[in-house]
Amino acid sequence: MNSNQVLDREFLEIRAKILEVAAALDRIERAEGDVSGEPRMALIADAIKIIASGHADPIRAEKIQLLFSRTYDEQWRNEFSIASRS
Amino acid sequence: MYYIDPHLHMVSRTTDDYETLAKMGCVAISEPAFWAGFDRGSGESFRDYFRQLTEVEPKRAAQYGIQHFTWLCINAKEAENVELSREVLKIIPEFLDCPNVLGIGEIGLNKNTKNEAIIFQEHMELAIAHQQQVLIHTPHLEDKYQGTRMILDMLGEHSIDRSRVLVDHVEEHTVGPVLEAGYWAGMTLYPVTKCTPSRAVDIIERHGAERLCVNSAGDWGPSKPTAVPDLVLEMRRRGHKESLIKKVVYDNPRDFFSQSKNFNLENPAER
Repeated sequence: MNSNQVLDREFLEIRAKILEVAAALDRIERAEGDVSGEPRMALIADAIKIIASGHADPIRAEKIQLLFSRTYDEQWRNEFSIASRS
Repeated sequence: MYYIDPHLHMVSRTTDDYETLAKMGCVAISEPAFWAGFDRGSGESFRDYFRQLTEVEPKRAAQYGIQHFTWLCINAKEAENVELSREVLKIIPEFLDCPNVLGIGEIGLNKNTKNEAIIFQEHMELAIAHQQQVLIHTPHLEDKYQGTRMILDMLGEHSIDRSRVLVDHVEEHTVGPVLEAGYWAGMTLYPVTKCTPSRAVDIIERHGAERLCVNSAGDWGPSKPTAVPDLVLEMRRRGHKESLIKKVVYDNPRDFFSQSKNFNLENPAER
């Protein structure tokens, strides 16, 4: 499929998913209390920036996965006092 | 189209599910040992569970023309209990010669803790000592990337043929490192927490279909045991060739499992 065909197929789905995200964010803001300082809200904002980013490097899904991931420290064995078996 | 679901927890599903799977073209299932939704109290509970996996489920599946294979271990969540884990590790060899056992699995990490890592390594030593294939669970959500990298670090310390190891539940950020290291990779089609069929097909398009399998990992939680045909449909809608679809849902799991001496798949075309 070319990009136009993919767009034709995906447009309504994308529209619906964006609306779901917008409505969920509205729901959070409408509710009692304030979560503006919540780290998860910052993550959501950063994820939306990734979605809106340019298309030179079309790996948005991978970038968003890494954004929502705990960091990996290759020295993790030291923290656990586990020696390498090799 | 005939297909194999390489990761499906049928002990948690009804017999009706077997019937539906058979109607949708499923000819074989592999069922890794996993967490029952609660922590078990003794090694004897696992002995009963392993009997269920090696004696009961193959018969239940056979009623619908489905071949049932299995993998044995103590799962990553209960591996936090090192004493219990070592009790279970001693029981496992009793079952390795059962005719439907393919190897050790699904071992792995859950919250990426020290105890989980210790028991992962002991499972690997067991697998190597008994020349078993290995099926590996990677953690959920925010723990997946860190846990997958830790698992790859630990795997690299063992002299095991990498083509006999499958790292499961890969997603966009973990599939690359797993395939590049020479292991097989599995994608799980789960609502909300893992891959959707669309994203799984995206991953196939980006990374190719070599050493890549797809499964439903249907269990007692929100999951869909018939998710693999959803992927077949998505690939067809995108215009992929039937040969490529078959490679992903039948040839690849068959080729991976064929490295186990107990994998005796009947060719569905010759039945």
